[in-house]
Amino acid sequence: MSTSSESRVGAANQPTAAVSGADDGDESIVKRLLSLQAIWILGVLIVICVGFSVVAGDRFLSAGNFSLMSQNVAVWAVLGVGMTFVIITSGIDLSVGSVLVFSSVVAAKVMAAMGGNGPGVAAAGLVAAVLSGTAWGAVNGILVAKARVPALIVTLGTLSVALGLAQVLTGGIDIRSVPAELTDFSAYIKVLGIPGLPFVALIVVILGAILLHKTKFGRYTYAIGSNQEAARRTGIKVTRHLIAVYALAGTLAGFGALLSLAQYGTTTIAGQSLTNLNVIAAVVIGGTSIFGGEGTVFGTLVGLFIPAVLQSGFVIIGVQPYWQGVAVGSVLIAAVYVDQSRRAAAMRSARSRNPLNRRGSPRGSQRRESP
Amino acid sequence: MTALLEARAISRSFGHVRALDGADFDVEAGEVVGLIGDNGAGKSTLIKALSGSLELDEGEIWFDGSPLRLTSPREANDLGIEVVYQDLALAPHLNPVQNVFLGRELSRRGVLGRFGFMDEKEMRRQAAASFAELGATVRSLNTPVGSMSGGQRQGIAIARAIAWADKVVILDEPTAALGVVQTKNVLESVKRVRDKGIAVVFISHSMPHVLEICDRIQVLRLGRRVATYRGSETTVETLVGAMTGALDGREGAA
Repeated sequence: MSTSSESRVGAANQPTAAVSGADDGDESIVKRLLSLQAIWILGVLIVICVGFSVVAGDRFLSAGNFSLMSQNVAVWAVLGVGMTFVIITSGIDLSVGSVLVFSSVVAAKVMAAMGGNGPGVAAAGLVAAVLSGTAWGAVNGILVAKARVPALIVTLGTLSVALGLAQVLTGGIDIRSVPAELTDFSAYIKVLGIPGLPFVALIVVILGAILLHKTKFGRYTYAIGSNQEAARRTGIKVTRHLIAVYALAGTLAGFGALLSLAQYGTTTIAGQSLTNLNVIAAVVIGGTSIFGGEGTVFGTLVGLFIPAVLQSGFVIIGVQPYWQGVAVGSVLIAAVYVDQSRRAAAMRSARSRNPLNRRGSPRGSQRRESP
Repeated sequence: MTALLEARAISRSFGHVRALDGADFDVEAGEVVGLIGDNGAGKSTLIKALSGSLELDEGEIWFDGSPLRLTSPREANDLGIEVVYQDLALAPHLNPVQNVFLGRELSRRGVLGRFGFMDEKEMRRQAAASFAELGATVRSLNTPVGSMSGGQRQGIAIARAIAWADKVVILDEPTAALGVVQTKNVLESVKRVRDKGIAVVFISHSMPHVLEICDRIQVLRLGRRVATYRGSETTVETLVGAMTGALDGREGAA
């Protein structure tokens, strides 16, 4: 699944490059692609995959294994799309895991109250989960954009509140009444050879990529992260847009809650404490700048597969799976360090771009002093 | 010739500070008017008033022969008035085309446009045309503007303004942070804008630049216009005198 999804998202991005590169020649497209952190990380992912394939052979490189990995990534991918938007606005959302838990509790309660099974019950659960997620997201957004409390603090607060309320609602005991329609969808349904959950997640990822890269909504998201004041002066409704972005992240966390119910057949009250950090790590590894203004959904997808592939590979080749945490943490720091140095180098070369200045001619040195 | 954009005895206070104190100002189509004054003379407040970012306590703004009440920058933009701010207000991560169209993206035709899809090709074509018209050297339409030099960024900011303003462009210190060559390019661009018949308001602390390109120069001091000069008939000494009040130029206001 990993390769097919990557090529799809890649294809969705192609037209931009082709159009905008039209009169700058092919070289510029290649350069632009190489300047994307996501492409380098994709290279790292491929190297890791090749490495495991060489060591473990078919045990790693099998449809079954990739299907399993994509199952494990599916819920995080849905959360990752929302997180990518939030981080591009130079914000952060620590509450996604708790919002997921709260929404799954609400959905499970609603479904239990309606009783038993049936597509209607599952649909009601979906609506409840999504509404709950949107509401939490809107609360985050209003506090960040209108009340101007820093996003880190707001979402740290809602992380605690949402999880606490979920525990209050359930007495801390997981609810296991999930309709068979949902669990069957996760366990048995396959679309185009892809298991149900990863397929749904893939659709969300593709829609998210289109929204971010092709529409005004996405353009404003970048603009606000890049220079909020500039965005405001050009007439973009910054406050409203920020609320919408956080609400989107919440909505996707709510949707993720339903996927999680389908996957595990139970709420996961105690199981999501590191979800936020894992998703943030994936987004950042994928090249989205924590300072805002740049990033891609495609990168986030690649960033999600690195921990999944490491985990699976370590298990298969018999290394303690705990090494995965060590490796992912190192990749995270390395990725950001490399990205920053590359960017600093790009800035330097921009300042002395004129080739005449490089030769140390008197004019050149003079100009370099003046700015 | 009557003024295209005119401020008549406008006043505005912030607390106890009277930033504008019955100030007049006028600019005609197809001329560059220099607006100079010491720090705190009211230049910024005046341009904010002219561009709809500020409510007035007293006085009137006239545009094209009729009085005008501006309540938002958007209204001024709709009339064809644009400001290029000192700090440029570009989004550094976006490329020149995206910056020129920021907040005013062209939609695709049909259903896709309804969903917020943009016509990238057309935006790119129009942006390239306006850069060419201005003679702005833009290294690449794909590169984020944050990696470009100050002069290129200033060129992009001006191109963005004239892409939207067909009446008045207000430039707040456009040459402040630039080197010699870049400054020359920007001044050339300003002349081209004027030659298109657009009114240009040029705010600067650099008297040589003001004298080089301004047809008329209006001096603000303590919140009011104290003098108006023809650019061709005045000197740095005179301007500095009027700004500081060393000359007894209070009645000089036209």
